[in-house]
Amino acid sequence: MSFLDLKNVTKIYPNGTKAVHETSLSVDEGEFMVFVGPSGCGKSTLLRMVAGLEDITDGDINLDGKLINNVDPSERDVAMVFQNYALYPHMNVYNNLAYGLKNRGIDKKTIEQKVNDAAKLLQISEFLQRKPSMLSGGQRQRVAMGRAIVRNPKIFLFDEPLSNLDAKLRIQMRLEIKKLQQKVGVTSIFVTHDQVEAMTLADRLAVINDGIIEQLGTPIEIYNNPKSLFVAGFIGSPQMNFLDGNLKNKTLSAEGFEIRDINSDFEGDVTLGIRPEHLIQSDNALINLKVELVEQLGSDNLVYGQLKNKNDFCYRCPGNQKVENGTELNLQIDENKYYIFDKSSGKRVN
Amino acid sequence: MTKLFTSGFSHLILFIGIFIMIVPVWMIFASSTHTSSVINMGGLQMFLGESFYDNYLRVLLYKGGFFKEITALKMFFNSFIMATGVAILSVVTSLMAAYALVYYRIKYASFLFWIIFITILVPLELRIFPTYSIMAELNLVNSYFGLIVPISASAIATLFFRQFYKTVPDELLESAKLDGANTWRFFIDFLIPLSKTMIVAMLIFMFVFGYNQYLWPLLVTTSEQYWTVVMGLKMMSGSIVHRFAFVIMSMVPPILIIVVLQKHFIKGVFQDK
Repeated sequence: MSFLDLKNVTKIYPNGTKAVHETSLSVDEGEFMVFVGPSGCGKSTLLRMVAGLEDITDGDINLDGKLINNVDPSERDVAMVFQNYALYPHMNVYNNLAYGLKNRGIDKKTIEQKVNDAAKLLQISEFLQRKPSMLSGGQRQRVAMGRAIVRNPKIFLFDEPLSNLDAKLRIQMRLEIKKLQQKVGVTSIFVTHDQVEAMTLADRLAVINDGIIEQLGTPIEIYNNPKSLFVAGFIGSPQMNFLDGNLKNKTLSAEGFEIRDINSDFEGDVTLGIRPEHLIQSDNALINLKVELVEQLGSDNLVYGQLKNKNDFCYRCPGNQKVENGTELNLQIDENKYYIFDKSSGKRVN
Repeated sequence: MTKLFTSGFSHLILFIGIFIMIVPVWMIFASSTHTSSVINMGGLQMFLGESFYDNYLRVLLYKGGFFKEITALKMFFNSFIMATGVAILSVVTSLMAAYALVYYRIKYASFLFWIIFITILVPLELRIFPTYSIMAELNLVNSYFGLIVPISASAIATLFFRQFYKTVPDELLESAKLDGANTWRFFIDFLIPLSKTMIVAMLIFMFVFGYNQYLWPLLVTTSEQYWTVVMGLKMMSGSIVHRFAFVIMSMVPPILIIVVLQKHFIKGVFQDK
């Protein structure tokens, strides 16, 4: 049994909405697990069930070998960082950090030691006497993390903690969270809708859609080998291009081109997925793209345009390559890096 | 120019208002420092006289009432006990009632709340007979307990606290729970400190409410030992200057409380964060 075990965990709200379908998942000790998915997909509900803030309709949750279904949140020994930090507004930073320890009956000296250590680790020592209202967003974020760290809990839960920060700070805090987690080594679950955050932070990633884990794996596995149309579309930026097509006798025909010798026995309507970065310009091209807009990011250019049948399409090329609006590009798929999905079920077939 | 005119005009109106309110009080105060004969002959006075100490000391210590058992000092003491008791008891019960209504999963909690709220529409006078008969059966007539308890359930204070609790974000409760706080600790460590200014405001409000009670103390006390200041205003006999002095003194405690705590009062009622 692994450190955190979810077995057929289900959540049905009193109004009948099924937020989380039978979900099984295990997280190893020290692992950084990320739940990613669009808003309303049930990822936060799943996290809150681990914390004990939501009741479980069905299934079992085991933490460190103990069934915690009916254990009160205050006794689960989990720590959570909330989206709006939920700092205690009437207590100064020191007491914010110390409060959880006081409730556990730890003596004053140890508390002081632990709070000071955590404050040092997070570089908030100089703010210990301030109230949360006197801190900036980034500092509040650190206090919220300090409150989690100081208790040395079994598991850290992060509920979209970075979404209230500005872009630059978000990237900085992302790095710090990852570093911190590696240093402290506590098992963590991080919920986000931001796929870049998910990819960069995760040891393993669970892509969740409509209360179901669509795919579970390391970020790179999921990027290279998406198992469904949803995962393929959700992971990767800019989004994967999707083209309608038909698969028959191992031959895919789509948008006026054909790909032969596909390793799939599937026959029928399919969706072809090609990532913008898996295209190269070539003379014997499959795809003809009429350029409408170029976004120059410096390192890369994102080329947006339309195919012959007016389908939107995106191509990513190195930043030093010059692309003019209105020109036509001939593109070839790089080393057979394409994905074919059953159009009706969304499942990968090649 | 027009701005100057409008601001001057509004100040004028305010001054008139102040004048109308202050002058009668001042006349009573000024008159209370004269001897009775001055008032009897010359009517109300606008300027201070020389009998301030004589009049006020006599009023405070003179044994009045039908049986000559009660002094004004004792009345102030009774009023203070009653007002403080009402203030503390009503704030404590309202805090807890609002906490239960907002944070416990009570069926029909909002229905219950509106039932409580409706009691605002039922004045004491309407329930005075049943309330009195309960107090009489419990042998609580002529006691501080009887003075305080029947008027110490405040729907207004419950409303204020309930509305405030509803603005406290859920994450705070959840975070506190994960930090090991049970419901009681959350109440003590979070809600009470967070509603501190509102508690002070309600204490003032209920203190003045308790201090101003007339009908209820009149009914529930037969012994002069339990007379309050407001009852004394009616019952006190004596010369006109002594009555004036008593009127002026009766105004002091509520004014004092509001002046000392007005910062909290305004903050609490108008919740500026």
